[in-house]
This record gives sequence, C-alpha cells and structure tokens, in this order.
Amino acid sequence: MVYEVFRQERKGQSFQHAGAITAPDAVFAEAYAREQYGRRGESAALWVVPRKAVREIDEFVDELGRNYHRVDGYPLKAKLKEARERAGTADRETPKKGARGGNLVSPVLEGEAEGGA
Amino acid sequence: MSELARLLLPIADDELILGWRNSEWTGIAPFLEEDVAFSSIAQNEIGHARALYELAAQELGTTADELAFDRAPGEYRCAQLVELRLVSDWARTIARHWLYESADAVRLEELKADTDGRVAGLAAKIDREEVYHRLHADMWASRLRDEPRFASALEELWPYALGLLPEALRPRLAERVRLPTDVKAQGERGAHTDELEPLWEEMTMVRRSVPGASW
Repeated sequence: MVYEVFRQERKGQSFQHAGAITAPDAVFAEAYAREQYGRRGESAALWVVPRKAVREIDEFVDELGRNYHRVDGYPLKAKLKEARERAGTADRETPKKGARGGNLVSPVLEGEAEGGA
Repeated sequence: MSELARLLLPIADDELILGWRNSEWTGIAPFLEEDVAFSSIAQNEIGHARALYELAAQELGTTADELAFDRAPGEYRCAQLVELRLVSDWARTIARHWLYESADAVRLEELKADTDGRVAGLAAKIDREEVYHRLHADMWASRLRDEPRFASALEELWPYALGLLPEALRPRLAERVRLPTDVKAQGERGAHTDELEPLWEEMTMVRRSVPGASW
C-alpha cells in the first residue's frame, strides 16, 4: 500500500506534502513515516494518509467561460491602459508608493476610473 | 579497569557489533522502505556505541576509536547474540532484533536510574532513540508472530538473549517477552562464538591497514 505523507514544519503552520512511502499496513506506514520525515526534528507533526483515501480532482470544467472567477481572467493592467487612453491621461505618472495617499487612495486611478467607466 | 568502564564496555560492544551485523542488511533488505529503516537503526546503534565508548574512554584515558577498533577480538565484551551472522534469514534477524531491543529496554531502565549522572543522562538520551527501535521491532514481531520460522528462530535465540543481561535482570526480560524462565543462558560474556573473529577482521581492516594513522 502506498501512503502519502504530509509534514508540518512548525506548530501552527499548514501541512505540506512530503512524499510517499510504501508499507504493508498502517502501523508500518507510521514507523516508516517517522523514519523518513520525523526523526531528525524536521517535523512538528505528520499526516499519514492511504493514497486510496485521497480523492484526486484533476478536471476543472469551465463550460460557461466564467473566467472572471479566475485571477488570470481579469487583466487589470490592460484594462487600466485602455481606461487611461480613453481618458487621455496615458502619460500621467502614477503616484509612487509612499507618496501622500499613495498607499491608500490613488487620486490618479480614481480620476481614470471615472473617465473610463 | 574502573567500575564505570566495566559497566559500559559490554553495552558499547553489544551496540557496535549488533549495529555492524544489522548494517549487513543495507541494500539487501526485503523491500526498500525497510532497507532504509533497518539501516538507520543499525547506524543508531553504532552511534550509541560511540557515545558509550566516549564515556568509558574518559575514564580509561583512551579514545572511543581505540576502544572500538584497536582491541583484539578476545577483549571484546559483547554477548554472543549480537555476533551471529544472520543474513539472509529475515525471520532470525527480526527475532534477534526484537529480543535485543526488549533486553536493551530492561537494561536502559536500570541505567537511567544509575547514581552516576553521566550514565543516567546518556541512558535517557539513548532511550529516546530506542523508542523508535522498539516500535519497529514490536510491529515486526507481531506481524511474524504466527510464522513457524519466526517461532523457531525465537526458540533458538532465546538462550542467547538471556546472555545479554546479568542474572538478576533476566526474569524481567522473560516477563517482557513472555518466554520461559527455565532456560539456561547461552554463552556468558567473555566467551565468543567463531563468528566474531571474521567480523572483527573486516571491521578493523581499514584501520589496521595504516596503523597509527590519523584519519
């Protein structure tokens, strides 16, 4: 049987996949998982999961083309550029981070959003 | 020889020779995962031997390496159980492993209560690794329990296992492994099997090839 092993490096952190081990049963799997991933103080905890128990999903149908659900479905940079061109502010400089109000509200972007909408 | 060295040397020799014997399985264990685990246990035992030799060496004004490799075979104080060459018999290997770890548990309990803080401290440190060895040995023993070959290996090796412990501690071992108490120990310490000398030849061959070298 193949078991997937996940390890937590420090308490409170999320578990990361560490690798897989082959063992005849759960007791052996625990011993081998300790051996491979736990005995040198490299892990705070382990999850040892029979591979059969893992439900793999590898098809992600997007029939309706709702790409706005995806982060890559909303190319902000291109849209901003279009908006700037429409507003005729394409050459105006974007305020630098750290400038007054730059981190919070950008007056330039606000202006562009109005012009572009 | 100091009392401390007399106490520690037999144990160190057991750990060194058993570690050496178990390492003979590296690369030829029944499956890969076990190969890694068993080799690692073998390496731990040699590590324990080193720590014990170091403590004894301080007392004797020598070094761990000299104690491990520069004595004649007849001067080793290991028990006969650890000397036996058991490749390629996995049933006997696991029988020895389980008997040894059980006896070692009894022995470490004693050492952890030693009045010498150095001994008690080292025993506690070693025992933290032995927990894993016992887990490994116990799971194999319960897996093979109903195998006739394992049962006859236990019967064969049980008298040798008794030879690991001083007389007073033997009943505790018998109770732990549930094997008969009315059995005579095979081979008291100091007497060796014929299998130690070939092992020693191989173990020390590189060191002897350039006597006195500093590596």
